[in-house]
Amino acid sequence: MRLSVLEWLSLPLLVVIWHILAIAMSSRFLPTPLAVASEITELAISGNLLADFAKTLTRASIGFVVAMAVGLALGLVLGRLRPVDRLFGPWVVVGLNLPAIVVAIACYIWLGLTEFALILAVVINKVPLVTTTIREGVRSLAPEFDELADAFRLSTGHRLRVIYVPQLIPFVLAAARTGISLIWKIVLVFEVLGSDGGVGFRVSVFFQFFDIKGVLAYTIVFILVVVAIEYLVLRPLESRFLRWRDTP
Amino acid sequence: MARHAVNINIEHKRFAAEAAPLFSDFRLAVRPGEVVALIGPSGVGKTTLLRLIGGVDTDYTGEILIDGQRADLAPPPGFVFQDARLLPWFDSVDNLCRLVAHVDAGRAEDLISRVGLGPYAHAYPRQMSGGMQRRLGLARALAANSRLLLLDEPFVSLDSVLVGELQSLFRSVIAEEKPTVILVSHDPQDAARLADRVVLLGRRPVRIVAELVFDLPRDARGPLDVVRLAERIAETSQEAVT
Repeated sequence: MRLSVLEWLSLPLLVVIWHILAIAMSSRFLPTPLAVASEITELAISGNLLADFAKTLTRASIGFVVAMAVGLALGLVLGRLRPVDRLFGPWVVVGLNLPAIVVAIACYIWLGLTEFALILAVVINKVPLVTTTIREGVRSLAPEFDELADAFRLSTGHRLRVIYVPQLIPFVLAAARTGISLIWKIVLVFEVLGSDGGVGFRVSVFFQFFDIKGVLAYTIVFILVVVAIEYLVLRPLESRFLRWRDTP
Repeated sequence: MARHAVNINIEHKRFAAEAAPLFSDFRLAVRPGEVVALIGPSGVGKTTLLRLIGGVDTDYTGEILIDGQRADLAPPPGFVFQDARLLPWFDSVDNLCRLVAHVDAGRAEDLISRVGLGPYAHAYPRQMSGGMQRRLGLARALAANSRLLLLDEPFVSLDSVLVGELQSLFRSVIAEEKPTVILVSHDPQDAARLADRVVLLGRRPVRIVAELVFDLPRDARGPLDVVRLAERIAETSQEAVT
């Protein structure tokens, strides 16, 4: 994996700007990056930082996997079967526009302040987006490759492996990428709303004490986790599956 | 492996959106090892006929038999499409062995070298020129079945140098493998260079308006012979229309 010089400089530049701003402002409002770094170390050793991140990551991972699986199945069905799409397509539009917070509140009221309610709310919020992306992928399958498959007498399984899956992979990756960023955000909001731990819960506790250093410490670790997922998971996956598109 | 005889008897073929049938009592027999060119104006139904022979389209009444076996149940023919129609996510070798049954990487590389693409065995289609992609399409057709080749306008929208190269390639394949070939084209020159027999097709329902059999062997045809034969095809076509 090769990064350009500008890409390497991007985040350090942000830290430098932050540092200059922190010096210009009062440390009560904006602590310096160094102060936040030492806060991170302290919270990781003596606080709940690791336990909170483990909780949030578990919730987000379960929600992500379930939402991707359900959205993939629904997207395939809606993209392939026109009458089903006509009947349920408007449901997807409703789902896309449902305010995330409303879904969370409804799930908490109906199911109580449980892990299940939180993950279900995440899944309900995410599924329409995955469904829409995959449905578009199925609709854009090139018919000329069907003819090719007919000419070579490919079986359904063979056709799936060499014709359909490769065409759908970019859409699955796009759904995964948008899904991860969406799920992160809504898991945190739902944790603020009602949970017994996790990044969102802890940030809301810091808020009650106006502890901006704690909020920033959690935010920075959160960003580091997201960046790690981007560079260690998503990009290698993309370069593995989309090599044919990017090879010069 | 025996070369294939193709017997076509289409009683009726109509597209759902159209009132008039495209084919009605259309008959054509192709002998094993024969190279037949189907020539006709654009839109006459040549590609549809090739799709029916290839077993890609089965929505018709009648029967198309390849060595006595129904076309759609017969082993896949070597089909060369108008566009190269390669799978862009596979490299050259995978375009052959991931698509065609019983073709391993070694055989794929042999065929790729045979069409002059040895150095591009592991290149993706987008890294190759249009002419190279067409050659790879031919290699794939040879991998599928080198005894029955169905060629759908294989030289369309290529420059004259590439057409010359590809036609030489086809001539050497025909000389070595002696396959049964059905070539669809709108250009009499293609037929003049490659065919043993030319079948001129007329419009709806598709019918045979004239046939020409060339006595001069393919490999003995020089540039002047090709021009003369192409003129004969064009004249016969004109006479049939008028």
